[in-house]
Amino acid sequence: MVHAAWCWAIDGCISMTETVSPLLRLLRGGRDSSEQPVSAMLKRNMPLVPADTIAGRALVTVIAIMTFLAALSAGAGILVDQASRGWTQSVAREMTIQVKPITGRDIEADVRKAAELARATPGVGEVRIFSKAESEHLLEPWLGTGLDLGSLPIPRLIEINFGAGAVDTTSLRKALSESVANATLDDHRLWLTRLSQMARATVGLVVLILVLVLVAMGLAVTFATRGAMAGNREIVDVLHFVGAQDSFIAREFQRHFLWLGLKGGLIGGGCAIAAFSLSGLLSRWFSTNASADQMQALFGTFALGVWGYLAIVIIALGIAILTAMISRTIVFRHLRSLA
Amino acid sequence: MVRFENVGLRYGMGAEILRDISFEIEPQSFQFLTGPSGAGKTTLLRLILLALKPTRGFITLFGQDASTLDKDQITHLRRRIGVVFQDFRLLDHLTTYENVALPLRVQGREEASYRAEVMELLGWVGLGERMHVLPPVLSGGEKQRAAIARALIVRPELLLADEPTGNVDPSLARRLLRLFAELNKSGTSVVIATHDLALMDQFDGARRLVLGDRRLHIYD
Repeated sequence: MVHAAWCWAIDGCISMTETVSPLLRLLRGGRDSSEQPVSAMLKRNMPLVPADTIAGRALVTVIAIMTFLAALSAGAGILVDQASRGWTQSVAREMTIQVKPITGRDIEADVRKAAELARATPGVGEVRIFSKAESEHLLEPWLGTGLDLGSLPIPRLIEINFGAGAVDTTSLRKALSESVANATLDDHRLWLTRLSQMARATVGLVVLILVLVLVAMGLAVTFATRGAMAGNREIVDVLHFVGAQDSFIAREFQRHFLWLGLKGGLIGGGCAIAAFSLSGLLSRWFSTNASADQMQALFGTFALGVWGYLAIVIIALGIAILTAMISRTIVFRHLRSLA
Repeated sequence: MVRFENVGLRYGMGAEILRDISFEIEPQSFQFLTGPSGAGKTTLLRLILLALKPTRGFITLFGQDASTLDKDQITHLRRRIGVVFQDFRLLDHLTTYENVALPLRVQGREEASYRAEVMELLGWVGLGERMHVLPPVLSGGEKQRAAIARALIVRPELLLADEPTGNVDPSLARRLLRLFAELNKSGTSVVIATHDLALMDQFDGARRLVLGDRRLHIYD
C-alpha cells in the first residue's frame, strides 16, 4: 500500500495492483533472480574521471611531443653508436703505410719494398697499393677536380688489411724504418681513440637529453595531475561520500592518466618511427651524391634496425607507465592532504 | 546509532558556529533537522558523515568513537550511510544508471552483480526509461529521484537528506517525504534537514531537532 503512494507520485511508474512494495523488497535484500535485459546502448562502466577534456587533450599533446623528442634522441644515439661500432671495427682491422716522395729516391721502388715488408709480416691479410692516380684522387675533395697534380710531391699509400691473427706492428715499423726510411706506419690508433671519444660523448649527450625530456614530462604530468584533482574536486568529494577508498580514487586517476600517457606515447612514438623509416628510405634514394656519402659515413645507413624500433616502443610504453605512476603518487598526496 | 556529546565546531580561530550539541539518533527513528538558513544544518550533517572534525566534544557513530577512526574505517562507516545532497551532486559525465550504481561500484563489485538491482530501483523511482540519460538532461525532480536512488542502493542503515525538497514543487515534496517514511518503516533511520515548517507539519510523529542560536533544541 505504501508503494501505491509512490506510484501516485510518479505517474505510471509501476502497477497500482501490486501489493508488495518493490522498494521494501529491495531494501530487505531480495530482488528478481532473472537477469534484466540490458540495452546495448547503456553505458555501464564509464571512467569516473572525465576522459575527453581540454586539459586531457593538452596533456596528450605534451606527452606526444616529449615522446617524439625522447625517441628522436634515443634513435640518434643508437645510430651514432651503431656507426661508431662500424668505424671502430673497420678502422681497427686495417693500417696504412705512407711513403713520402724524397728527391733522389725512386718512390715506386720504395712503395714496392714497403708492400713486400708488409706482406711478409705475420697476421697481415691483404695489402693494396694505391696507384699515383688513386692518391691524387684522394686529394680532390680539398683541391678540386681537373687539376694536373703530377708536379706535386704527393705521398703514396699502402692499405693493409688484417688477416686471421694479430699483426706485429712493432716489427713491421722497425723493418720499415730500416729499409724504407721515408715510409711511416699509421695504425689509426689516434683516430680510433678520437672517434670512440666522440661517439661516447654523443651517446652521453643523447642520454642527457633523454633524461631532461623525461624530467620535463614528469613535471608536466605533475602539474596536469594537480590541475585534474582541482578540476575534479567535486567528483573526489562525491566518491568519498559514497564510500570510495583513497586507493580506489587513486586507481581511477591512474587509469585516466595511463590512458592519456598511452595515447600521447603512441602518437609520439609512432611519429618517431615514421620519421626514422622515412629518413632510411630517403637516405637510400639519395645515396649517390657526396653529401649523402658523408652522412652515411657519420650515421651509417640510417637503418635503425629492429632493436632501435623496439627501443622507441619501450620508450613510448615507459612514458605511459611513468605518467600513470607519477599521477598516482600526486593523487595519493592530494588525498592525504584532504584528510 | 549516532551520538553527539557536547560537540562544538569552529572554523579556524573564529567563533563557534555549533555549540554544545548533544543528541542521539536511534535505530529506525525518523527526525527532521530544522532551523533558519545558515543555522548549521548542513554542517551538522557533515559532522554526522565525519566529513568534518569537531573542535570539541565526542561523536560516536555505529558504536565507534569517531576520534579514533582512521580513514579506511571512516570509509567503511560511510558505506552504511546514504546521503542525499541539496544540490544532488550527480556526476554529469555518467549516465543515471552509473550514478545510481556508483556506491556499489566503488565497493569493487562487478557490474553484472548489481545490474538487476540498480535497474529495478531505477524502475521503482520512475527513472527506468531515463537510465541512459546524463544528469544535465534530467529535470530537477528526476535528479532528486536519481540522488535518492543512489543513496538507497546500498540499503543504508542511516539516511541523511539535506533539503531534499528544496528544489521541487510542493506536490513532489510531499511525495518524496512519503518515500522517506516508507524507508523508515523498512528499518532505515532517517534525518531530513529542511527549513520548510509546513512540510514537517504533515508528519506530526517525527522528532524535531531545531538548530538556533548555534545550539540544538530537541522536540520529541
